[in-house]
Amino acid sequence: MTETTSASSAPASSGGHEGNLITFDGVGKRFGDNVVLDNLSFGVRPGERVTLIGPSGSGKTTILRMLMTLTRPDSGTIQVGDDYLYHEERTGNLVPASEQHIRRVRRRITMVFQHFNLFPNMRVLRNVTEAPVHVLGLSKEEAEQRARELLDMVGLGEKLTAYPTQLSGGQQQRVAIARALAMRPDVLLLDEVTSALDPELAAGVLDVLRDIARTSDVTMLCVTHAMRFARDISHRVLMFDSGRIIEDAPPGEMFDAPRHERTRGFLQSVINET
Amino acid sequence: MSAGLLRHLLDGLLVTLQLTIFGGALGLVFAVVAGLARLSRSRPVRALAFVYTEGFRGLPALVVLFWFVFALPRLGFQMLPLFAGVLALALNIGAYGAEVVRGAIRAVPNSQLEAATALNFTRWQRMRLVVFPQALVAMVPPFGNLLIELLKATALVSIVYIPDLTFQGQLVRAATGNTAMTFFGLLLGYAVIALAFTGFMRWVERRAATSVGRQPEPGLVTRMIRRREVAA
Amino acid sequence: MNFDWRAAWDSVPRLLDGMLVALQATVLGYLIALVLGLVFALLRRSQQPWVRMPVAVVVEFIRSTPLLVQLFFLFFVLPTIGIEFSPLATGAIGLGVHYATYTSEVYRAGIDGVPPGQWEAATALNLSRRRTWTAVILPQAVPRVVPALANYVIAMFKDTPQLTAITVLEGLSVARSLGAETFRYLEPFTLVGIMYLTMALVMAWLARIVERRFGRVRAV
Repeated sequence: MTETTSASSAPASSGGHEGNLITFDGVGKRFGDNVVLDNLSFGVRPGERVTLIGPSGSGKTTILRMLMTLTRPDSGTIQVGDDYLYHEERTGNLVPASEQHIRRVRRRITMVFQHFNLFPNMRVLRNVTEAPVHVLGLSKEEAEQRARELLDMVGLGEKLTAYPTQLSGGQQQRVAIARALAMRPDVLLLDEVTSALDPELAAGVLDVLRDIARTSDVTMLCVTHAMRFARDISHRVLMFDSGRIIEDAPPGEMFDAPRHERTRGFLQSVINET
Repeated sequence: MSAGLLRHLLDGLLVTLQLTIFGGALGLVFAVVAGLARLSRSRPVRALAFVYTEGFRGLPALVVLFWFVFALPRLGFQMLPLFAGVLALALNIGAYGAEVVRGAIRAVPNSQLEAATALNFTRWQRMRLVVFPQALVAMVPPFGNLLIELLKATALVSIVYIPDLTFQGQLVRAATGNTAMTFFGLLLGYAVIALAFTGFMRWVERRAATSVGRQPEPGLVTRMIRRREVAA
Repeated sequence: MNFDWRAAWDSVPRLLDGMLVALQATVLGYLIALVLGLVFALLRRSQQPWVRMPVAVVVEFIRSTPLLVQLFFLFFVLPTIGIEFSPLATGAIGLGVHYATYTSEVYRAGIDGVPPGQWEAATALNLSRRRTWTAVILPQAVPRVVPALANYVIAMFKDTPQLTAITVLEGLSVARSLGAETFRYLEPFTLVGIMYLTMALVMAWLARIVERRFGRVRAV
């Protein structure tokens, strides 16, 4: 599923993050007086599945939204492979990227949202084929073929002609996952994808995601409160607090032997909640 | 432009302002009376108000105006032209205003009525003390829009030879022969008056909104500048 | 003077011809308003302030000044710069431009009503701006504003008597010439009033049907 094409090969000096698919370097973001991300740097390797945990308002979702170019960073740089997401290199200098450049880099990334955000004016099948046809340039037949396979995979092969509003929340979210995968992304961003669902429906969605984690090598960045799921699929868990990463560990360590006081407190509160 | 022509325009401006202000005041009376009447318990009263609002919202103001000025005298009723203008405009704008009044009153939450009932107010007291003051706040912004519509509609009277701003503008055009400048100047004049009325209504709106502890809507300038942030 | 039924009856055919002209002006003007209003609405959302601001000023200007004066402007000024239209076409353009400032507000409300998540999903799928508008945003924004747009047909129709000022032979113009010919004003002006009223009520009734149809469109 991973397309290992990178258009330009930037010099290794551009940060020294060889091997990373995603590199945050000194990224800051504030909304008014509220510092959401504070000089944040971290990297994600190709195929890595990383879960971001932490109290609400700690900046996790902002990271996903920045990667999806839904929220602009105030400072720092973000790289996808060797390409800067918000900058272009011109005569050795970094300048703000053009819309074209952003679209090209963004093509490797897609996102599944908390509230699904399916297009209500399109039937299920067209939700999944719209972007492959108009962004990837696939033929309609090819896109539909792929959409059918993906919708089968998420268990909705029977619902091709339904409108999104005719589906349950869990079904809608599975369509949204199929829609995202149809883009053959290198990076899949999952933003609290089960938070708007009843536990039963959430379980179905998480099962689908587990399958994807098992059978593909797509890189995942995942913000979730479903800790079991995080433990199952993640290679790494990042604990956020006040816009910083305070702990970065494999799930076993993070959940069984958290080192940081704040992490212990947070995990305790999540367990009590569920 | 000579002083004589300027004098014409000022006379016209005065007529336009008179039409707007008197038409607006009379229209407001029609609006409140008809709006309340449409919520009356009496069926004939409701029916009468219904006929008035539907009728005058379906009749072009200009046709009403022609009827008042040219047809009505044949039935033996002769009105001063300016009064015919005010009446035609007021009947028209009042019908729209009545819908505003009715809508605003019906939008007052039922819980307010229940609370007033719990305080053992009479029906009339409920309306006067509880419902209407709250509804009034909601009426102000749409009334502001109607006032601008009324101002624009006053230009119609020039067709029946009432010497308003537009009428005088045509005289100026005939005298100077400068068509483009005259009509553009007229439009600009109306825009300035509209801006002044809008400013006034905004002031009323802000006072009304704060009187019930609400945040007023953004103003004209804000509306012109603002653009919803969108991704992509 | 009493109502002369005979004279009234005789004037009906000519008045109906006039009403037909009024309808033509409405249809033409409305098409212009539908398209131009959307253009205004889109331009007012431009990311470029030097596009957005002038358009906003022009729209507010047109909306706050009398249609009648705008009609005069088009009728008398356009020919002086070499643009010749028939009075009816001039009238339709005037109506269309004027009402475009209203429909643009309607479109804008419809566009603002599309949830931000739809824009975000379009970004996540890397849809182009154009595709986002044509495939995602407008198909959701337009159905919900159809009832509001329909109401402006009626409003526009009721403004067609103003075209009498620029020599379009619509209903009121016909009534005026009938009056001038026969010196009877009561009958033609009463009749033309009834005709306008009837047609406006029929349109209002149709608009309510449209409203009901589109009110039932799948909830978003």
